[in-house]
Amino acid sequence: MKKNLPEPDAEALYRALLAQVNAGLVDIPDPVIVGIHSGGAWLAERLAADLGIPEERLGFVDVSFYRDDYAEKGLRADVKPSHIPFEVNGASILLVDDVLYTGRTTRAAINELFDYGRPAQVMLAALVDRGERELPIAADFVAEYLQVKDNQSIVLHRADDGIFSLTVEHAS
Amino acid sequence: MLPNPQLNQHGELQHLLTIEGLPKEVLTHILDTAASFVSVSDREVKKVPLLRGKSVFNLFFENSTRTRTTFEIAAKRLSADVINLNIAASSTSKGESLLDTIDNLTAMQADMFVVRHAQSGAPFLIAKHLRDTGREHVHVVNAGDGRHAHPTQGLLDMYTIRHYKHDFTKLKVAIVGDVLHSRVARSDIHALVTLGVPEVRVIGPHTLLASNLEQMGVRVFTDMNQGLKGVDAIIMLRLQNERMNGALLPSAQEYFKSYGLTPERLALAKPDAIVMHPGPMNRGVEIDSAVADGSQAVILPQVTYGIAVRMAVMGILGGS
Amino acid sequence: MKIHIKNGRLIDPANGIDAPKDICIASGKILAVTEPGKKPKGFSANKTIDAAGLVVAPGLVDLSARLREPGYEYKATLESEMQAAVQGGVTSLVCPPDTDPVLDEPGLVEMLKHRAKNLNQANVYPLGALTVGLKGESLTEMAELTEAGCIGFSQAAEPIVDTQVLLRAMQYAKTFGFSIWLRPQDACLGRGIAHSGPVASRLGLSGIPVIAETIALHTIFELVRQTGARVHLCRMSSAAGLELVQKAKKEGLPVTCDVGAHHIHLTDEDIGYFDANARMLPPLRSENDRKAIGKGLLDGTIDVICSDHTPVDDDEKLLPFGEATPGATGLELLLSLSLKWADEYVKPASQRLSHALARITSDAARIAGLHGGQLSVGSAADLCLFDPKARWKVEAGALASQGKHTPFLGHEMTGRVQATIVAGHLAFDRGLK
Repeated sequence: MKKNLPEPDAEALYRALLAQVNAGLVDIPDPVIVGIHSGGAWLAERLAADLGIPEERLGFVDVSFYRDDYAEKGLRADVKPSHIPFEVNGASILLVDDVLYTGRTTRAAINELFDYGRPAQVMLAALVDRGERELPIAADFVAEYLQVKDNQSIVLHRADDGIFSLTVEHAS
Repeated sequence: MLPNPQLNQHGELQHLLTIEGLPKEVLTHILDTAASFVSVSDREVKKVPLLRGKSVFNLFFENSTRTRTTFEIAAKRLSADVINLNIAASSTSKGESLLDTIDNLTAMQADMFVVRHAQSGAPFLIAKHLRDTGREHVHVVNAGDGRHAHPTQGLLDMYTIRHYKHDFTKLKVAIVGDVLHSRVARSDIHALVTLGVPEVRVIGPHTLLASNLEQMGVRVFTDMNQGLKGVDAIIMLRLQNERMNGALLPSAQEYFKSYGLTPERLALAKPDAIVMHPGPMNRGVEIDSAVADGSQAVILPQVTYGIAVRMAVMGILGGS
Repeated sequence: MKIHIKNGRLIDPANGIDAPKDICIASGKILAVTEPGKKPKGFSANKTIDAAGLVVAPGLVDLSARLREPGYEYKATLESEMQAAVQGGVTSLVCPPDTDPVLDEPGLVEMLKHRAKNLNQANVYPLGALTVGLKGESLTEMAELTEAGCIGFSQAAEPIVDTQVLLRAMQYAKTFGFSIWLRPQDACLGRGIAHSGPVASRLGLSGIPVIAETIALHTIFELVRQTGARVHLCRMSSAAGLELVQKAKKEGLPVTCDVGAHHIHLTDEDIGYFDANARMLPPLRSENDRKAIGKGLLDGTIDVICSDHTPVDDDEKLLPFGEATPGATGLELLLSLSLKWADEYVKPASQRLSHALARITSDAARIAGLHGGQLSVGSAADLCLFDPKARWKVEAGALASQGKHTPFLGHEMTGRVQATIVAGHLAFDRGLK
């Protein structure tokens, strides 16, 4: 684990993100939250709890079946079931991911959501935006902009007691 | 020992030919992936784009509308293009050889073959031929070869057992019927043993049991009442009329008397034991209607899980 | 042509010789066997062969090699298979009658012998069909067929179902002193495709139980007791079967038996992932059976090793196991596989070559009632010169036979024929000095 930068305080970033999202959802009636496995899912859970959004309006997607690198990388070993307990048709969805990078994961998640139905709108919340977009994707809510080297990745961790932390690691 | 023809040099699944020889991790991976596909069937758009642009050829040398249909549904839910070829065995002997048929189809850009054949080992011949002719990217899924293997059935049976019983390492499972001729039985036995089921039992009359079955890791019973005592899952095999060469059994009626699953016999198993059957069922021959339609039968869920398991297999192969 | 072979190691099991000796050939016969460096007075050779490092042995006598003529010329021809024979060091071979048409007419036998003679390679000794068309119903003209050149009568791989017919065939053969060559295989129990055991059960292949062989042996022995007919049993495959043969011999019944060279070394495990090259008749059985075969060759239960040469082409082998035609190419492997047997079972090491060679020369000739298999002065000059240490790889290009299929494809063998002499002429020469 190579540490080039001092690691950001994930809990502080989360609080910043929560404040932005809270303000941003003020005029949205009955928003639903969808977290992208795994980091986005953890964040979504926390946001739903802190925003008082009930579990029947909280969903999770695993984008493994929608990724664009299937031909090179195959299916991951730890695919998790997607879970969308609400009606997507007409929904206002807050999509949550931990790190926004090339934009491909977001693209895959949006494609997956559209296979469930036609949402009224989709907004994106990311804890960290590291730039280097390869698709025209932008987040509506971002806690921090962070630049790291190409051979590094930013990883969100959740401890047993639920506390978040971020590390910068050598990408495999 | 020869290298396993199903795995490539990275240990990834290249073909699914038989459960025998596959590590437990590979089987578990397939079951875990299948769990994700179960929910796809409940959505409005029942498709994921994994195999979009790929061609899956269903090559059935032995007729089977049921199995072919589930593979077709599974492939289409992965967004693949599906081509069905029903080649009766006799036309192959009159015309093209098996390998010539394969060569012609791969020239039509086939990406995956789902093969059912009356001869044990046919899919191995196909996989070897593809490797020898430099077409390693074409995958083979065995949909049943002679008496040898029916690996996707074995996997969906395991998925079913895991769904209802959770921990393989605490179970007693019985397989009942025409084991001698059954590729389902052989695949189930390999899967159960690999996944750590401590007691796998096989029940049938001597004429329908193969020799040396104990060497596959099973306990052999000819008395069904003894064999069913305390089991957690019962897999009933179809009595396959078409495979019997005469003098193996006197009649279906007599078979039902000693080996049919009746409510009385079912009561010998655990009270929450599940009853499974690969289908199609012969009611009144191997299974009583009361049991087939009863609360312990999970035969219809098996079909649903079969689609998810086949999607998982094709999804994993397509990406290797 | 006068040939002088010098500096070789002469191994002649028939005469108990294993020593450095020179050999002189004239007019197609063995003129003299001398101490190294010596030669008979007045003998002046047209051709001298330096056999340094080589074994000089009698030409091999193979008791079963299918030549596929007449009728199966698309699988192999006389030309290719006779070439394979001399490249394998075989100077006399016995061919089974399951050609198309079956060898049940004197005219067919004469034609085959005539064709073979013109090729000037190995001597061919056909077995005639025991019943017309091998159908197991009516007897063939055994006396006429013997006159045409048949050395015995066989049903090849088609066991007779009607015991009455088999009884009568034996009585008839006994009348004239003809020998009968039979596969001990029950017609009904022998219908499967692999040895009935854990491998066949696991692979889902219909089994051929050992009792298919032992039940047939019991029947044959009872009929031999009844008729006194001389029977040679072809291609033993099981330990239980060999026990019965041993008892029968102890009892004094006029029976002998052989084994196919592949069965000495392979078992049902060699089927691997359904390798059709391992589909053979009789089937490859268990390790227990294989060991019994190895020991049986040593203690005299089994008299002879033969190649059971069966050329099968790609169209018939590149098929699922159950559809493939049984059989493997063998003429060019007979020597190496026999030497390999001796390496595994014969002690002391110094005896290995002579034991191995006896099973494919003198013993084979004696069992079949043929003249060859020996280097006695005055006998036909049929010789095989080989390098017992040379290693070679079994691949399609290395085989002269049109049959390229054997479970040993890709394997390395030890022992390679350098030259073969038939009736005093050099029929095959890999490049001698």
